[in-house]
Amino acid sequence: MPRGYAGKFLDVNLSTDKIGEQIFGDEILRGYVGGRGLAAKILWDRLGAEWKTVDPLGPENIFTAFTGPMTGIYPGARVCVSGKSPLSNGILGSTCSGEFPVELKCAGYDGVIVTGKASSPVYILITDGRCEIRDASKIWGKEAFEMTKILTKEVREELQRRNPNESNTEPGSIYCGPAGESMVRNAAVMQKIAHAAGYGGYGAVMGSKNLKAIVSKGTKPMPDVMSPNTVNLLRDRVEDGILTTRDRMRRWGTGYGGWEVAARSSSEPVRNWQDEWHDERSFGGDRFDTKYWVKRYWSDFNCITACLKLAVIKTGPLKGAITDNPDYELQAFLGPNLGIFDPGKCIYLSSLVDHLGFSGINSANTFAFAAELYQRGILTKEDLGFELEWGDVAAFEALARKIVAREGIGDILAEGTYRAALKITKMKGVDVMPYAVHVKGIETGAHGTRSGLDMNPIGYACSVQGGDHTSRALDAYSDMQTTYHDSAVYCSFCGIDPDIIWEFHRAVTGWDVTKEDWYTTLGPRIIQIQRAAELVGGPDVTWDPRKDDDNPPRYYEPLPSGPQKGKTTDRAVVAERRKEYYKAIGWDENGIPTAEVLNKLGLESVDKELKKLRK
Amino acid sequence: MLVPGVEIPHLCAQCDDYPCVKSCPVDALSISDKTSAVLVDKEKCISCGKCVDACPGQVPFMHPESKKAVICDLCDGDPECVKTCQKANFDALSLVKEPQVGFGGPSHKLFARKPEEITKDVAYNLYGDIAEELI
Repeated sequence: MPRGYAGKFLDVNLSTDKIGEQIFGDEILRGYVGGRGLAAKILWDRLGAEWKTVDPLGPENIFTAFTGPMTGIYPGARVCVSGKSPLSNGILGSTCSGEFPVELKCAGYDGVIVTGKASSPVYILITDGRCEIRDASKIWGKEAFEMTKILTKEVREELQRRNPNESNTEPGSIYCGPAGESMVRNAAVMQKIAHAAGYGGYGAVMGSKNLKAIVSKGTKPMPDVMSPNTVNLLRDRVEDGILTTRDRMRRWGTGYGGWEVAARSSSEPVRNWQDEWHDERSFGGDRFDTKYWVKRYWSDFNCITACLKLAVIKTGPLKGAITDNPDYELQAFLGPNLGIFDPGKCIYLSSLVDHLGFSGINSANTFAFAAELYQRGILTKEDLGFELEWGDVAAFEALARKIVAREGIGDILAEGTYRAALKITKMKGVDVMPYAVHVKGIETGAHGTRSGLDMNPIGYACSVQGGDHTSRALDAYSDMQTTYHDSAVYCSFCGIDPDIIWEFHRAVTGWDVTKEDWYTTLGPRIIQIQRAAELVGGPDVTWDPRKDDDNPPRYYEPLPSGPQKGKTTDRAVVAERRKEYYKAIGWDENGIPTAEVLNKLGLESVDKELKKLRK
Repeated sequence: MLVPGVEIPHLCAQCDDYPCVKSCPVDALSISDKTSAVLVDKEKCISCGKCVDACPGQVPFMHPESKKAVICDLCDGDPECVKTCQKANFDALSLVKEPQVGFGGPSHKLFARKPEEITKDVAYNLYGDIAEELI
């Protein structure tokens, strides 16, 4: 049996209440590792032939929550969720940190595959070698705080009943918030109130299956590794590396980027990306620190970076809001991107999107999109029911709640920026596409390309994960490392030294997988499957690489202010770099993976589906 | 201590209005063009202590021997205090690189925070609702 794995995967069909166990052969695990890679493989094997007709929010879609061999052993334990994305109609690997994956591995499972749709709200409870589908009507519709309280209490009582002599501490869980329940396309899979696997909108997939949560509690030890001594030694090296080179990350979280990114590299979104620079002194990492952070150097299981902070608003009208950090992305998106330059207001909104179960990055892009339409008079007070001025916290809160309730305009905006833009264009007869900031349905991260000092021009355009800022395309090798982070499933911020990672991989699994193997065969295989799924797309939206492998129109407008004023992304550079990228990664001039490359990688089934697209 | 209980170290933040420079009766203080830091002309200084009183964070002090005013001059743009703090891995002080100059107005002070401001924030963090009364 391979080391580092618990060895079994759960296969739960919610339509028939059938729970099975699946064991994957060494060859599959060695090739696809886990997390994003294995999810891509399973999704394509099971759904690839009818991919175009699979509704991401229908019972035929598959939801996966996988760990990897490094999860819980390498610092920064995470879980990777996947499925057919309701935003891009492709496959994304989306990760969030917390104790759920570790509990799952200790319970004897590497992952959960969920198919079908339950007739009423349910949650899945996984304990040592046992899995149960339980009624979730008590927690359905509840916001994170309340839900976590009730769920934890209920599960602990159940555990107490089963093992009266154990301590039965708090279980780990992933869940979808109210946004996921009402199938808002940019809903996140949440963990521990504030941790979200946002990109891809898998919270909506959980909601569509009437699956409120997956809870796990394991009491067995973690799976064995191949060479424990080597792992210990390597862990020391990784931890030393983090402690000596990551002090800023440890002290400020990613929030220190607020200084660097906004002021120096001019790439922080301001008012729906109308600008990418501001000189507002009231905003930036340390403004959160002195006034709001009550706990610093805090982390989830097994992480020495400890970049989490706890922010609490202690006074004033927004008193009582609690959230993590917020990290740089949420500082940017729930701050300047909504015209907010007050850290307290940003924390309040961050706490709100967490409790409602939104993906902070994606939903905030949609909020800002709506606010810009209001600014331009395309959406009016009659459409919204209130005035949506930049910087108005109450209005944005009302908007968020409207989207969750799917009332009026909220019903349209709940479809994500791209689909909402399509609908509003039709409804108003005005082309609103220039204001929609997304790449293949996935709203982009808070790193603009215009100044040329942050994100490279094809970083989003060619990525198989769309606007995901963590998996960026640059050359044929650029996204392989992040693909590995998401497949072995640990936090990419802990992946400091690529060479140690491969030694680590060998020491944990015992497989002689080298960096070259991964960069030339195994990694590209995952990318090609993701690319194929993205290109086939459907049923409601499909992407044409010739026009959709591109940045949002906004990224081609010149920057209106700041030190980089006037700079913009160059279309010619994008076209040229895109061409180089296609060639390097083995796609033809239309962006479709070539038969030759696919056959070399052993992906004949992918080739068969793509034949229909190659004309 | 600007607010009771909030004892935190303050460094010169190069205020926009430079109250120390304004308070000097003999024009011994000037502002550096390069770093926006306050420079002391030791020849002119008459050790009156007005700059110490004028400073909102009581940052300047009198040199124990020469009795002349000492104000942070940012070590001509390469502060020694930051170097030491970084070397010891405390990272409490860090040097923020300037945005490229030449977009209207000095950019030196984009991130500088005044002592009152920091103290107020820390007071809110420590005391919550009653901070208002203490400030």
